Amino acid sequence: MLLSNLPALQVVIPLVSAPVCLLLRNPRHAWACALLTSWLVLAMAVMLVQSVYAGGTISYAIGAWATPWGIGYRVDMAGALMILIIATIGAVVMPYAWHSIQHELHKKHTGLFYTCYLLCLTGLLGIVVTGDAFNLFVFLEISSLSSYVLISLGSKRRALTAAYQYLVMGTIGATFILIGVGLLYMITGTLNMLDLSQRLPEVADTRTIRVAFAFVTVGVSIKLALFPLHLWLPNAYTFAPSVVSAFIAATATKVGVYVLLRFFFTVFGIRFSFAAMHVGEILMLLAVTAILIASLVAVFQDNIKRMLAYSSVAQIGYIILGISLASSDGVTAGMLHLFNHALIKCALFLAMGCIFLRLGSVELKDMHGLARQMPWTMAAFVAGGLSLIGIPLTAGFISKWYLVSAALKDGYWPLAVLILVSSLLALIYIWRVVEAAYFNMPGATMHRVKEAPASMLIPTWLLIGANLYVGVNASLIIDIAHQGADILIGQVLR
Amino acid sequence: MSPELTVLACVALPLLAPALITALHRWPNPREAVTLLVSGCLFLLVYSLHDAVLHGARPAIDLAEPLPGLKIGFEVEPLGMLFALLASFLWMVTSIYSIGYLRSHHEWRQTSYYSYFAVALGSAMGIAFAGNLFTLFIFYELLTLSTYPLVTHAGDDAAREGGRMYLGYLLGTSVIFLLLALIWTWSLTGTLDFRAGGILEDVVTPGTASILLVLFIFGIGKAALMPFHLWLPAAMVAPTPVSALLHAVAVVKAGVFTILKVAIYIFGIDFLAEIPATRWLMYVAAATILLAAIVALRQDNLKLRLAWSTISHLSYIVLGALLATPLGIVGSGMHIVMHAFAKITLFFCAGAILVATHKTRISEMDGLGRRMPVTMAAFFIASLSIIGLPPLGGFWSKWYLALGTLDAQQLAMLGVLIAGSMLNIAYLLPIPMRAFFRRESVDPGATVSRKAPLACVAALLLTVAACVVLFFCPEPVYRLMQLLVTREG
Repeated sequence: MLLSNLPALQVVIPLVSAPVCLLLRNPRHAWACALLTSWLVLAMAVMLVQSVYAGGTISYAIGAWATPWGIGYRVDMAGALMILIIATIGAVVMPYAWHSIQHELHKKHTGLFYTCYLLCLTGLLGIVVTGDAFNLFVFLEISSLSSYVLISLGSKRRALTAAYQYLVMGTIGATFILIGVGLLYMITGTLNMLDLSQRLPEVADTRTIRVAFAFVTVGVSIKLALFPLHLWLPNAYTFAPSVVSAFIAATATKVGVYVLLRFFFTVFGIRFSFAAMHVGEILMLLAVTAILIASLVAVFQDNIKRMLAYSSVAQIGYIILGISLASSDGVTAGMLHLFNHALIKCALFLAMGCIFLRLGSVELKDMHGLARQMPWTMAAFVAGGLSLIGIPLTAGFISKWYLVSAALKDGYWPLAVLILVSSLLALIYIWRVVEAAYFNMPGATMHRVKEAPASMLIPTWLLIGANLYVGVNASLIIDIAHQGADILIGQVLR
Repeated sequence: MSPELTVLACVALPLLAPALITALHRWPNPREAVTLLVSGCLFLLVYSLHDAVLHGARPAIDLAEPLPGLKIGFEVEPLGMLFALLASFLWMVTSIYSIGYLRSHHEWRQTSYYSYFAVALGSAMGIAFAGNLFTLFIFYELLTLSTYPLVTHAGDDAAREGGRMYLGYLLGTSVIFLLLALIWTWSLTGTLDFRAGGILEDVVTPGTASILLVLFIFGIGKAALMPFHLWLPAAMVAPTPVSALLHAVAVVKAGVFTILKVAIYIFGIDFLAEIPATRWLMYVAAATILLAAIVALRQDNLKLRLAWSTISHLSYIVLGALLATPLGIVGSGMHIVMHAFAKITLFFCAGAILVATHKTRISEMDGLGRRMPVTMAAFFIASLSIIGLPPLGGFWSKWYLALGTLDAQQLAMLGVLIAGSMLNIAYLLPIPMRAFFRRESVDPGATVSRKAPLACVAALLLTVAACVVLFFCPEPVYRLMQLLVTREG
């Protein structure tokens, strides 16, 4: 009973506990409620992934209405990987949130924070499990609206403009997606993704479908911050509360990529998307530009959260680069990096949160000599940074290896060189922080800085541990990513 | 203990030692005892494998499989045995030296120094015993990262600059060229195992092999082939024992060791001889030998002069590998050992001079022989070994390298070897000559000089004695290398 309803419970439980958090006036109770919910979500996610891994794709009809009429939920291997990412990150950041939120947010806002966090979690999970194109839009809006609020809760006043900027761009993106989905409905008369994929080939050669494809592609690209539609991202990540930066960086853009995958491969089909519309070439070009330009911009940032944000834009470039190859290996590499980058970036943002808690700043100039005062935090940052660069025995190395070999397999050796060269740019921007923290003379007030509390260090190090574990034994993740990629690609070839 | 477990212990022991070293950070004597004990045990463990390997055993063990088909595993073969013996033996000696050096120099952060040193040695063991190119690459990068804190030990601006160069060159070349070559080889052959006779011969055309070879040779930046050599002089900001063991033995020899492994087990020396790029890379190595020696002539800082000399001598080994003849390979392997003992002695001397007199410039060392006769005599003898004169070990490696050039019918390369040795004479021998024959310039400020610590002198006497011993019995080294080429042939 419980097991068969997992896809729905996955979404319903955080949705129900969100208003509960708002009603609990005591911040500690609200936090406990959110913590419990996110751990429950993780437990369900693990069960769900297990049953998908063992028994294949799960379908679920909401309210027992059969799918073309009712809303169908559908979890395949690609979705299972996403659920795993979202639930893991959610469960890890919640214990961390207590100290961090108490420090960064006004007391009257904490309840609101946990509510919005749970709504965001609901939206992100909903996007992944749903098999209905319009329902996907609804969940996308739930996650987006709640993340606008989450970002605006940042302690600096500029958080408001950052949230507003994201709101404007995010709404444009959502509207584009809605227009695209509307056009699809107009032609095919269905919103179910599987139905769409069956009916679209007959009508693929119409201008309406091409326009729908363009609207969806651009709309989703704004959501996932594909260069040059990434402009909302640096400010949003920089000014959001630390926990929010970590959570959103690891999940929201990743889910955007997932939506893109769904539309390209499941709904429109690989033949239409890549052979007829040539989206592969466009994406490849944008991805390459993203990798180079965003990495270069990251090198010159003095606010480390902003630096990490630009690094995210570059890393999204890697993911899109893998997908743009439209081969089994390429998509596998993309999905692998999706997972690994979530682990890496979340860990790095959490480390920044620890630093912000103690220093009240994440500016490079304030971090001089910090390593002496916060050895564990800085060690976590270095380890996460090494993973970002792609040093062997870290998760980042695994995805880099896959990406390069996928590019080489298709004969794109300049791409292979580019991926490797750009990882040196990561070395440069990470090492600026390392040198500042380990070599520069500490400022006058530095001796008062203490190490972050254990409740923040342990989640950070958990993610670092996950990074190292994946670096040594990635077979399970690779297997899941591979199966997911094959389902995505194979669905249309069949 | 079974040989497989011994192999694992050889890598794990130094990697785990830092835990104990850090735990004892308040008590310097037990802390140093840990280093000495671990290095001694390591040497014994490595040595216990020696006989079995000599008789054809190849103990192997697999640990993990990060990517499907790519294992982290170890396998001991003669060349790795040689490198492991060398590195573990010299770690013992260097540990003794380090204790004397760091204490009389009152260095800070001694605990982290010994910890990272142990990790570096563990990485070197991992490189030596790597069962495939993937494992080797992992430990290669680990060695770079674990030596970075040692290079930047001083923690000042010069250390930061040096560290930047060090990391930039070593990670840069390995990530852009070596990793690309690795993934490319993997996608062409589906394996990265070390196999006698190589894995590439039947799979790729000589043209592709040329590109791969160039990527490999330049990607292994630790071999300091020009134009990727500047990290080595930059790394001289490190404390002297670090320069001695890591930048004359463990790190740089790990580089040329990797080149030899790639030449023998990835390309296979027969196939290597057919590749067009081999010859051009040989010219690059020859140019590095001569140019680095000429630059060494002009260095006044003793450690820098030794560093440039190391660059020159690493290219001897690269040249020997690229000759692609059994004698060249034997010469290369022997030069790894012979140069190591001689060069580490020279660095030990430089450190002893620094501790005793605070002098780093050669021009200040006039008449030093009277004050430090033992040290300067050792310097003189080790110099002769570097030059390649009997009765010292360096003679044998140059002998075999010369035979290798004749075997490959590369007379020009023989000329390069000879010219290189002439330059060795020109940049090394003036130093002891100044020390013994010139009169000390009377400098009233320089009366603070002390004696070199006993531990330092003992260590350098040990290595210089080894230079002599290796002339009279080079047999163990030769036999291991012979095993390599006969198996190959």
